[in-house]
Amino acid sequence: MKDPVDVLIIGAGASGAAVAWSLAETKMHILCLEQGGWMNPAEYPSTGRDWEAKFYGEWSSSPNVRGRPEDYPINDDNSPIKVVNYNAVGGSTVMYTAHWPRLHPSDFKVKTLDGVAEDWPIDYDALTPFFEENDRMMGTSGLSGDPRSPLTHPPMPQQPLGLSGAIIGKAMNKRGWHWWPSDTTVATMDYEGRARCINLGHCTPACAQGAKSSTDITYWPHAIRAGVELRTHCRVREITTDESGMASGVVYYDKEGVEQFQPAHVVIIACNGVGTPRLLLNSASDRFPNGLANSSGLVGKNLMFHPYAQIYGYVKEPTDSNRAPPTCLWSKEWYDTDLSRGFVRGYGVQFVRGAGPVFEAVVSEQKGILPWGDDHHRVFRKLNGHRLGFSAICEDLPEEHNCVTLDPVLKDSHGIPAPKINYTISENSRKMMEHALARGREVLETAGATDICVNSPIPWGGWHLLGTARMGIDPESSVVNEWGRSHDVKNLFIVDGSVFVTSGGVNPTSTIQAIALYVADQMKQRLANLFD
Amino acid sequence: MSADNELTRAQRDDLRTVAAMIVPGSDEYKVPGADDPAIQADILATLGRDAKLVAAALDHLARLAGQPLAELEAAKRDAVAQEFRKHSGAAAATLVRVVLQCYYRDDRVLHSLGLELRAPFPKGYVLSDGDWSLLDPVKARAGTLRRAP
Repeated sequence: MKDPVDVLIIGAGASGAAVAWSLAETKMHILCLEQGGWMNPAEYPSTGRDWEAKFYGEWSSSPNVRGRPEDYPINDDNSPIKVVNYNAVGGSTVMYTAHWPRLHPSDFKVKTLDGVAEDWPIDYDALTPFFEENDRMMGTSGLSGDPRSPLTHPPMPQQPLGLSGAIIGKAMNKRGWHWWPSDTTVATMDYEGRARCINLGHCTPACAQGAKSSTDITYWPHAIRAGVELRTHCRVREITTDESGMASGVVYYDKEGVEQFQPAHVVIIACNGVGTPRLLLNSASDRFPNGLANSSGLVGKNLMFHPYAQIYGYVKEPTDSNRAPPTCLWSKEWYDTDLSRGFVRGYGVQFVRGAGPVFEAVVSEQKGILPWGDDHHRVFRKLNGHRLGFSAICEDLPEEHNCVTLDPVLKDSHGIPAPKINYTISENSRKMMEHALARGREVLETAGATDICVNSPIPWGGWHLLGTARMGIDPESSVVNEWGRSHDVKNLFIVDGSVFVTSGGVNPTSTIQAIALYVADQMKQRLANLFD
Repeated sequence: MSADNELTRAQRDDLRTVAAMIVPGSDEYKVPGADDPAIQADILATLGRDAKLVAAALDHLARLAGQPLAELEAAKRDAVAQEFRKHSGAAAATLVRVVLQCYYRDDRVLHSLGLELRAPFPKGYVLSDGDWSLLDPVKARAGTLRRAP
């Protein structure tokens, strides 16, 4: 039998890396098990001429399309929004846009302010030092002083405005609407061993330059130097418990597919809002027949995605196309509740600079604006390099029927039941999406755009996996307490997006990592009585 | 298909024909059609995981045409193509995508579009910093951040 470790972390993505690094200073024996492996930037898509084609296959954002051995299948047939993720050291920070807003203070008090959902048991101020610490570790760029966003202090200047940004800025100014350069985790200067951005453009499926921050090149090198052990290609099947109801370790399959048991004194789950409930539900036992940490019955429930309402069009002037990071500006004009709009809560907007030629051709043909035949070339030249996009990230409110369960049939390559998603877009979200599309159309038309197209929701847009093991003070209405510890299992912690109570209207990774650092800090402060 | 990633001769013939219907050659833009031998060779060499869906799409196309696509008269061929594109779902979409992704990485096509014949890395691209005075009206309007109680 293996020697027990002090802390066992499951998952080496955004939150697992952050919590591992933070706890390393305790000098405890910390082990992280990750189902994926280390990435090789020399193999990233932008190193080859077929860079765009790879996004339709081995570099698809969907694990179901990608089908790498490191991936697990997800039954999302009962959802209009498909789950996307990445499984490797770095997790989905390997494959994300690096757009870096954070939740607003008001997002933590939605019931108090707007009478919907629940308030969080923590507030923005509790996370502030960890947002700052995380921004330094991940290396952010941006322009401090946005009057509509929480104050940030990015250590690097904002991305260039470029051609696309200028067109968008002018249009938003004509409308009198808020816009601001996005905070991003794209390095705009050399930073902590990372080279500055050289505008490869194809940022989402990994950055060959290393300018885009992912935890395999930020947190992990520091954590490993500090003594954390990271074991790759190890897929955890279940968390075991002892006779006193405490977590005793995990059963996992190693690189050779051999079943192993790793005992541990503390277990931390960092597997995202789909992987975490999957693991908890698959850890059911006689002692915990409904799944581990599930006395509330809420494990897997309240799944929130952020439905994306996307609208785009084509201007006469050239845009940045694929020759720049895809996102550059945001707007918080419609972020806060205004009941005259017909819905509660709101949405953030991220503007998109453009697309590469293959993507442009494929999508435009599918939309019916790029014809077959003799007129193909003329129309393509009108479209290619002229696209501008407006994507609204709509706040998804928690609803118990939106959930993750275990699929009774579908299994991964180790025979572990796959997660099954049941999800519908709420009426409130639909109204929000319609509002966003109308505003987006006005912006695009102000910019002179034509051939306007809509993706609402973006079907392959389930990036943000939130709410399925939410935090709270009451064990009957939450899965973990206000510092991430399971109400039911006193040495079990969750640090990923599962613990979100509500989703806000922004990309969540910055907040996920701030919470992971906050939970680690709480653990360090309570080491003497961690299980009381 | 005779092997996992190989199309039959009839399938290859129909692929060439439908590719030319999607993207014909153009003297005006100095580009080949998607039926160009080099582009066809690229398609066949890189079918990979798309091979089964592409083969299914071509089989469906053959059923709609009832004979080799190239032997149909133009009007009938166009009607078959329209029917195929409207009602053949994921398989047709995959076939079209495979044609376009190989066409729009061909050197002659990229040259015609004024694009450089290279991968993005390691050279990257230059992005203009832009006129940040555009942000002045936003700063002047200011605004407030909704506070939590």
